[in-house]
Amino acid sequence: MNIWLVMLIGGLITFGMRFSLIYLFGRFEIPQTMRRALHYVPPAVLSAIIFPELLFRNNVFDPSLGNTRLIAGVIAILVAWFSKNTLVTILAGMAALLILQLL
Amino acid sequence: MSEAKNEFWNGVRAEFPLLIGVFPFGMIYGALALNAGLSTSASQLMSSIVFAGSSQFVTAQLVHDAAPALVIIVTIAVVNLRHMLYSASLAPYLHDLSLRWKALLSYLLTDEAYAPTIIKYEREGIKPFSHWFLLGAGFSLWFTWQVSTALGIFLGTAIPEDWPLDFALPLTFIAMVVPILKNRPMVASALSAGVVALLAFSLPYKLGIILAALTGILVGTILESRQALKGAQ
Repeated sequence: MNIWLVMLIGGLITFGMRFSLIYLFGRFEIPQTMRRALHYVPPAVLSAIIFPELLFRNNVFDPSLGNTRLIAGVIAILVAWFSKNTLVTILAGMAALLILQLL
Repeated sequence: MSEAKNEFWNGVRAEFPLLIGVFPFGMIYGALALNAGLSTSASQLMSSIVFAGSSQFVTAQLVHDAAPALVIIVTIAVVNLRHMLYSASLAPYLHDLSLRWKALLSYLLTDEAYAPTIIKYEREGIKPFSHWFLLGAGFSLWFTWQVSTALGIFLGTAIPEDWPLDFALPLTFIAMVVPILKNRPMVASALSAGVVALLAFSLPYKLGIILAALTGILVGTILESRQALKGAQ
């Protein structure tokens, strides 16, 4: 097996997928329903990444109060909700996790 | 030109907390790839040829397991499938750019570059120099990924394990997603996607994320259509 060839093809496919719809929607009109649906990509994708990060630890589902990342994450969600401030949210979540880890 | 420069740096600034989160991953990848039996140059160059974190981890693992080339290539494709969603999502905002810009920004289109960019575009719409924001976010991530890969290759994972730097990633995504949850379809979209992501966690190749994202998109779109219908009556 030639690792360079594998990487090259893998890279081209990855680029192709990233480029695909930016290219196609540049040439063809985007249908209205599709346009509407696309507004839900950010909340859907980001939540799909966030939830498992908070609730799975080393591939084990842990919804308990002993899960420090879950508690710190919920605190960050509350801070984000009330502050609407990125930096404050990140600092609060990080501080919460560090404190919880010390307890 | 200074407007372009401004937007570029705005992108870098918005990307900054994500860079902190990505750094340890780059180092872990570098160390892991070398351990898996890839040469120094292959380990390093995969970070610019493929430039997609999770698929690079999987590739290193599969090379280590002596998996057939075709299996590795298909795996890379499936793990990176979610980028098509990002491509679709950003497409309306990049519509008027030249092909060269579209290609460059596509190459730089990762989870971490997508997130701050789409949040900005959806909030502000686009202006003549908005694409420089994505360039700033994407390039700073690219640069960080190359440097952290190199450090991982040459120093190993020098960051102590109990430093939870990686937690900066979900935290930044939280800080970005919570403020856009302004109405019921948005909230339902986020919650349904999150729950499906938990249920589908055991699916291989990050397919759980795609299934979850599609569910969230569907739920949000249906609810919005129903609200629009009610409003019309």
